[in-house]
Amino acid sequence: MNEVLLPPLIYGLGAISIPFLPAGKLRQALMLAVPVLAFALIGNLPYGDYAVFNAAGLHIGLLRIDALSWIFALIFSIAAFISLLYAWHVDDRVQQVTTLLYAGSAIGAVFAADLVSLFVFWEGTAIASVFLIWARRTEGSYRTGMRYLVIQVFSGVLLLAGTVLMYRDTGSVAFNAMTLGSTATWCIFIAFGVKCAFPLLHNWLQDSYPAATITGTVTLSAFTTKLAVYALARGFPGTELLIYIGAVMTLFPVFFAAIENNLRRVLAYSLNNQLGFMVVGIGIGTPLALNGTVAHAFCHILYKALLFMSMGAVMYRTGTSKASELGGLYKSMPFTMVFCIIGAMSISAFPLFSGFVSKSLILSASADNGYFFIWLALITASVGVLEHSGIKIPYFTFFAHDNGWRVKEAPVHMLLAMGIAAAFCVGIGVFPGLLYQYLPYKMEAYVPYTTTHVVTQLQLLIFAGLAFALLIRYRLYPAEIRAVNLDTDWIYRRMLPIIVGFFAAMIGTIWKAAGQLTQYYVTSLIRGIYATHGPHGPLARTWPSGSMVLWVAVILGMTVLLTYV
Amino acid sequence: MIDLITKNLPALQVVIPLMAAPICAIFNRGRLAWTIAFIVAIVSFAISAALLSQTLDGGVISYHLGGWAPPIGIEYRVDVLNAFVLLIVSGIAVVTLPYAVKSVAQEIPQEKQGFFYTALLLCLTGLLGVTITGDAFNVFVFLEISSLSTYALVATGAERNRRALTAAYNYLIMGTVGATFFVIGLGLLYMATGTLNMVDLAHQITLRGDSRMLHMGFAFVLVGIGLKLAMFPLHLWLPNAYTFAPSAVSVFISATSTKVAVYVLLRFMFGIFGFDYAYQQSTLQYVLLPLALLAMFAASLVAVFQTDLKRMLAYSSIAQVGYMLLGTAFMTQTGVMATVIHLFNHAVTKATLFMVAGAFVYSVGSSKISDLKGLGRAMPWTSAAFVVGGLSLIGIPLTVGFVSKWYLVQAALELGWWPIAAAIVLSSLIAVAYVWRIVETLYLHSPSPDSKAKEAPLAMIIPMWVLAAATVYFGTHAALTSAAASRAASTLISASNIIWQ
Repeated sequence: MNEVLLPPLIYGLGAISIPFLPAGKLRQALMLAVPVLAFALIGNLPYGDYAVFNAAGLHIGLLRIDALSWIFALIFSIAAFISLLYAWHVDDRVQQVTTLLYAGSAIGAVFAADLVSLFVFWEGTAIASVFLIWARRTEGSYRTGMRYLVIQVFSGVLLLAGTVLMYRDTGSVAFNAMTLGSTATWCIFIAFGVKCAFPLLHNWLQDSYPAATITGTVTLSAFTTKLAVYALARGFPGTELLIYIGAVMTLFPVFFAAIENNLRRVLAYSLNNQLGFMVVGIGIGTPLALNGTVAHAFCHILYKALLFMSMGAVMYRTGTSKASELGGLYKSMPFTMVFCIIGAMSISAFPLFSGFVSKSLILSASADNGYFFIWLALITASVGVLEHSGIKIPYFTFFAHDNGWRVKEAPVHMLLAMGIAAAFCVGIGVFPGLLYQYLPYKMEAYVPYTTTHVVTQLQLLIFAGLAFALLIRYRLYPAEIRAVNLDTDWIYRRMLPIIVGFFAAMIGTIWKAAGQLTQYYVTSLIRGIYATHGPHGPLARTWPSGSMVLWVAVILGMTVLLTYV
Repeated sequence: MIDLITKNLPALQVVIPLMAAPICAIFNRGRLAWTIAFIVAIVSFAISAALLSQTLDGGVISYHLGGWAPPIGIEYRVDVLNAFVLLIVSGIAVVTLPYAVKSVAQEIPQEKQGFFYTALLLCLTGLLGVTITGDAFNVFVFLEISSLSTYALVATGAERNRRALTAAYNYLIMGTVGATFFVIGLGLLYMATGTLNMVDLAHQITLRGDSRMLHMGFAFVLVGIGLKLAMFPLHLWLPNAYTFAPSAVSVFISATSTKVAVYVLLRFMFGIFGFDYAYQQSTLQYVLLPLALLAMFAASLVAVFQTDLKRMLAYSSIAQVGYMLLGTAFMTQTGVMATVIHLFNHAVTKATLFMVAGAFVYSVGSSKISDLKGLGRAMPWTSAAFVVGGLSLIGIPLTVGFVSKWYLVQAALELGWWPIAAAIVLSSLIAVAYVWRIVETLYLHSPSPDSKAKEAPLAMIIPMWVLAAATVYFGTHAALTSAAASRAASTLISASNIIWQ
């Protein structure tokens, strides 16, 4: 195959040149050019494997272009562009370099045709992204970043272990669809799962995203988890287990999100919930479902970035993202308000917004394949999404009780970045064909705007909105959120949250207790290791020569003893 | 003339540094002595490169010293395995000497520098001699030449810290105990077989069959060499010796002396006793294997808590020796290959890291970790070299450390020893902890306000980066080293198969 300039290389070159450029427009413009250039170079190449070579007997492929990797590279490039534009005002070399490296690694990972290069880029995203958290330069963000890094690197180590085992089992490190079964595939599966924030492996996400810088969160929200979704879609399509994992993922963050006060953390929970939809789609594994996953990832990156950007703009101006401290900002920041609402309507899947056209695919796929309870879970989760992201976020920020903020509108470049994302959200919502034509798997022409879909969705939205309004009116929100009682068919949607809520609380308690117990044991283990291995422990002390001779005798004795056994 | 030289290459390998040593002592002028030593190192390197190129295709050079035929006369026997080790030793010498100029000038008084280089040359002679010779008793002689000169070299650290004297003294006592056990083992082997030539030893052992005397000889040799290569728990001499030796000496001996001892172990285990020797198998499995695993964890954990960079690196060396012994204990082609390749890879990595430590000593006057805060800014090149070396120590892909671990894990999996493969990976995680501590201190702490640290001189930076570049180059072009290591392992196996058929 002919040589082509690899996208990660372009990002890398961009990152290297940044420290040498003077701060200012030139540097920012160059950074913006990187994603455009990188995608322009490979966007029109015919599908196939490029940059293939042999290294130490391993078949390495750095650039596999097919329909799946192409569309992920496209959305990652768009996301990189938007988040760089959003960060135009940031004059911090560390953040600029690592943002480029992070995006480059993510795109590199998408194009990797083998597990070894996937691993390299996988760890690249982990290491580059942690600097976006550290860039806040507080003690808290340092610790959070450290926790984040440990978990991300752990995921990489698992992936490496899986790769080694895979190579041993099959003699190949190609990255293609796998079936769960061997230790190798389980290792890889869990490695993906950690990055995808599977339930119980998810804590890093809510922990770290709100702790990053304003612009860093926008960048973080786009790549890491969606890379994991890509990897799952490539590696484990049609794995039934994923359906159930995904269903749980859509449900449990809803409750946490409802009671959370920090709005950026609410978004982190809702991100986790949205990932659940994609994971369900991968689990179902039909072309329709996989297309749904891809489409949802595409739209999700945009509207989630939009929401994080609007929250970031608010935080940029006010210095806080706590619901209790915000409110009444619609007068001061009208444009941000509009963009935030567009993002909120997209994530809640209002018809004519992007979330609707992508989520419909997954819902249809789950219904078509007879997963009734899954379908129900997804619907329930959708209500939750509307509550916490669709209404709560804009309501508490821009309306609710006026907290007396009189600030300026967000800076122009932020508005521009939000505007682009919002345009995508609406554009895809109104003309779904634009997105559908690029979906990787062959399916029958799908029409999202059927009467049933629209009516179902509107019912859902209207009743959920009504519930929210009533709760606010009678000052019952959020403590009584689960007491929505509207119609007989709502009983499922009411019962399920209560049951799940109960279990969530119970599991939460057990989890906490187990955590404390583990912490206790780990602490005493480390203390024990320190006592023996520390600078003054017996293993590290300077011993007299006599003790050495004793050891010599012991080992000689052991060896000689073997003569007699 | 050229013909004469090419014919006598094996002898010249040892004779040139041996002769140069007294010349250095006679002149006893720092600069001149250094020049001589450097030239000798380069010549040695050229000779070992020539020897490796001659033996790489599997050939064996048998050189009869003074024309006396073995087994009576002393034979120098070069095959791909010891040519590879010769290359490591002389290569490290070539890189260490330019580095030594500045650091020795600072750490050693002017009038002693001539003797210092004399001792260094003698140490080089000893190490090369141990590696090249085909005579078991000759191994002992050269081992003592290198050890004695090393004791002296460690003691020269006394100018910086008086504790170097006790460290050298303890090393002397312990090293001598090891040498004694080794020579007792040789004596027993001689009693059992009546010969000291290695090839002949192997031949006689097959002829005469197994005996208890042989077992005893084997056990004594194992323990004696085990002490020299710092097999856990016979490592007690090492941390102090490496910590208090002058920087250049730490670099040189950490990269060569334990490696040569590992080579001797391989040669005795498989060259003389052979792969199929039952007693060896049980010893390796029940004694060496557990000790190797213990070293990997215990020494790494100790390294995590150290407060001195050089001492931390010393403990990490003990852990790395554990990996080499582990590869040996597998008793398979891949296992031995992993050991041989790790000889090279660890030599390069550890030399880089000790050079970094030496540069800190040069600029800051200390290798205490608490004194290194925030040096990432003041000493960017040195700190970056630490990162490269540290990554290799952990075994991150694209560095040589990864190549070693890869083959080691492969060897464990070939045998189906899952827990051991997991242990290799797990112990690498401990390496992450101790490497990260330093990286954090260098880059994430703010420097102390009265620190006037400047970047180390170019004479130190360049050798350091040559080695750092080598860790990456051979990490990405592993075919070069793995081919040599693989052939070396095959040579050992095929030799021992012939013996036992």
